[in-house]
Amino acid sequence: MSGRGTTMERREFMKLLGSGIYILFSTGPLLRGQQGGFQYGRYPEDFNAYLRIAEDGKVTCYTGKIEMGQGIITSLAQMLAEELEVPFSSVGMVMGDTKLCPWDGGTNGSRTIKYFGPVLRAAGAEAREVLIRLAAEHLGLPQDRLIAAEGEIRDNNDASRKVSYGILAKGRTIERHLENKPALKSPDNFRICGQSSPRTDAREKVTGSAKFSGDIRLPGMLYGKVLRLPAHGARPVKIDTAAAGGIKDVKILQDGDFIGVVHPLPDMAEKAVGLIKAEYEIPDPTVDDSTIHELILNTEARDNEVERKGELGQGRNIAARDYEAAYFTPYVAHAPTETHSALADVKRDGATVWVGTQRPFGADAQIGRAVGLDADSVRIITPYVGGGFGGKSQVGQAVQAARLSKMAGAPVQVVWTREEEFFYDTFMPAAAVKIHSGLDASNRIAFWDYHVFFAGNRSSECIYDVPHVRTVSRGSGFGGDGPHPFDTGAWRGPGSNTNIFARESHIDVMAADAGVDPLEFRFRNLADARMIRVVRAAADRFGWERGKAPTGRGCGMVCLDYLGTYVAAMAKVRVDSKSGRVEVERIVHAQDMGPVINPEGARMQIEGAIIMGLGYSLSEEIHFKGGEIRDLGFGSYKIPRFSWAPQKIETVLVENHAIDPSGCGEPPIVGMGALIANAVFDATGIRMNRLPITPERLKSRLG
Amino acid sequence: MERSIRFTLNRRPVELATDDGRTLLWVLRTDLGLTGVKYGCGKNQCGACTILVDGRAVRSCTVPVKYVEGKTVLTIEGLAENGTLHPLQKAFIDKGAVQCGFCTPGMILKACSFLAGSENLGREAIIESMDGEICRCGSYNRILDAIQAAAALMKGGGAS
Repeated sequence: MSGRGTTMERREFMKLLGSGIYILFSTGPLLRGQQGGFQYGRYPEDFNAYLRIAEDGKVTCYTGKIEMGQGIITSLAQMLAEELEVPFSSVGMVMGDTKLCPWDGGTNGSRTIKYFGPVLRAAGAEAREVLIRLAAEHLGLPQDRLIAAEGEIRDNNDASRKVSYGILAKGRTIERHLENKPALKSPDNFRICGQSSPRTDAREKVTGSAKFSGDIRLPGMLYGKVLRLPAHGARPVKIDTAAAGGIKDVKILQDGDFIGVVHPLPDMAEKAVGLIKAEYEIPDPTVDDSTIHELILNTEARDNEVERKGELGQGRNIAARDYEAAYFTPYVAHAPTETHSALADVKRDGATVWVGTQRPFGADAQIGRAVGLDADSVRIITPYVGGGFGGKSQVGQAVQAARLSKMAGAPVQVVWTREEEFFYDTFMPAAAVKIHSGLDASNRIAFWDYHVFFAGNRSSECIYDVPHVRTVSRGSGFGGDGPHPFDTGAWRGPGSNTNIFARESHIDVMAADAGVDPLEFRFRNLADARMIRVVRAAADRFGWERGKAPTGRGCGMVCLDYLGTYVAAMAKVRVDSKSGRVEVERIVHAQDMGPVINPEGARMQIEGAIIMGLGYSLSEEIHFKGGEIRDLGFGSYKIPRFSWAPQKIETVLVENHAIDPSGCGEPPIVGMGALIANAVFDATGIRMNRLPITPERLKSRLG
Repeated sequence: MERSIRFTLNRRPVELATDDGRTLLWVLRTDLGLTGVKYGCGKNQCGACTILVDGRAVRSCTVPVKYVEGKTVLTIEGLAENGTLHPLQKAFIDKGAVQCGFCTPGMILKACSFLAGSENLGREAIIESMDGEICRCGSYNRILDAIQAAAALMKGGGAS
């Protein structure tokens, strides 16, 4: 099935692009079996959708991906410039505008480089080859004498005979079809990719000129606030808006249980909504943060078998010792620095919505449904997004803004308060894992029986060389079904943070009991040469000293595979035995993600993910009672600060040109729970099976 | 109380008529169009709204607009002079201390205040001063590098 970007009339597309010069290249699939992949089918085949070359040689890259801090505004430009053979500085980016950009499934799952990268590179490569053909006609030279470089096509024998891309594009609309698609460049020949490039959005961001959704202004716009329920599942039974209506220039808007206000000033809108008096019917709470894991383990849902190998019964027979344990992770908030924000301008026949979203294609339909418009009539424009981490795939704020705009007959901006941000968040789901495993007499894992409950199955597969394996995932990690009293959703590495915490903790449990050094134990049980290489890279940089845990040194390690990106990390922590506080002194992180597009950008992502991961490892946990969220701000919900940062975070980018470029931003966070738990065990001999490892929890175990 | 309030904003005199009890953050962002001042929490807990008032860091979400009457206010929009970036702005770019960029204006202005008012520019002192500023992207170490680099540059270059 074709997406909207594919079916958009070509004329329509050009009209939107304006009157500049453009070249129409070919039709036909951009990639022919170069990489099986994620939702490839819906990317447009006409690669005019991805790029435009202006008369002055400036190249504009169009993508449905969005920039939320992860740095693809820079790395995608590098990828296009590399294949198109233009200077990096000539590429400008248009991102997340549903009327200008080709369809995209959303910016999530560390999928941009891995799955969209090849599509964009193919577009650039084909454009380059078509330009060479045009240049051959223009210069009257055979194609095979021409080379493309720096936005020009030159005669290989006489560099003075050349023509620029801009001139070739000038005044012409050309449709060409290449029967044989050019191959993508080998990473060995990269000149722009593989080089660290400074972020192209940095200057705007340090001068305050970078626009986020809450910064967009329209003439006649109003600011909106919607009455927030005290708990999920609550219903208003009595509403008194008299006091709120007393505020000058305020408008009270109501549609059933949806009650909001609009005002020309945002602070007055917030004041007005605060004056609405309401009584609610609140369902009796049946679960809270102290009982949720019991409920999770006792909630029925579909069991999905992720993998099965050998016969567990046989494994149990050959095991000399067996180990059973359960591991628990809490609800965790996304807490992006920018709260969800949107400006909606809803008119009778269409709407324009500026929204900080990870999913512009999809948000259009969702917002449209709320105001009676079809997706094609809703244009989503995505300004810079101030952190997403999975949470900004949801656009509840934009739905609010659109409904208020429709009712008010004016553009309405909604910027969620921090309280709203916490309340409406789709948290990382609380989850549990049960593992039963065994070791044979030579300390090799004999069997591995793994059950994850309501986290999802990502990264749940056993990465070790075990003859008898079963992995089962109950329920899913998304939505508000099953045991969850409110919505849950994707959180930077969905499912994997729970699964890897459990698996890599359990590996260390076995290693410690067997009296084998954790690194040695992994070498003994890993068969994947690529993984072994990454583990070795981390160990070499860290200077891992072998010993039987707990050594008292406070050193821990993990290794993992996140959607094809391999990670090994090592940490050194210090535990304050009086307070139970864990201080992380040093982290070494080795990552093999294939050819790296922007090494410095990758290091920024890795360091940031490590810091963020300290949060859910050491402090972050949503407290709640039924549908009532108890943590609604940074006062009680503690996220990492400057003083938490390890003095040293060392990243090792393990070079690997044998695979295609793969994801970067999520792999470094998903091992953090086990990394810290294993290091805490090495420091204290105490195994923490539940995250976060708060000072109170650890202190109570230290006695 | 609705009245006229005067102060200096990014080196220019401003006068505006508004309720003097309104929160400075929203007056700057809405009435004066300075959207580089960010809303992060509204509760003095994250630092995204930090501005300089008479050279010192103030969280604009916590003070009424009347607080700046007769004072000198600098927001991120006014930090670069004639297109020349402040050493901190340059250092944030050079050290890769920017990710999503939402905390960046507050971070830079807080650091500005620290560098102007502190003798001890060691890493520990910077951490102590900056610890209330939140960066969810986790760029802390690079921000520290940037502040130290800017401090060195400002000391060497004789900037105030």
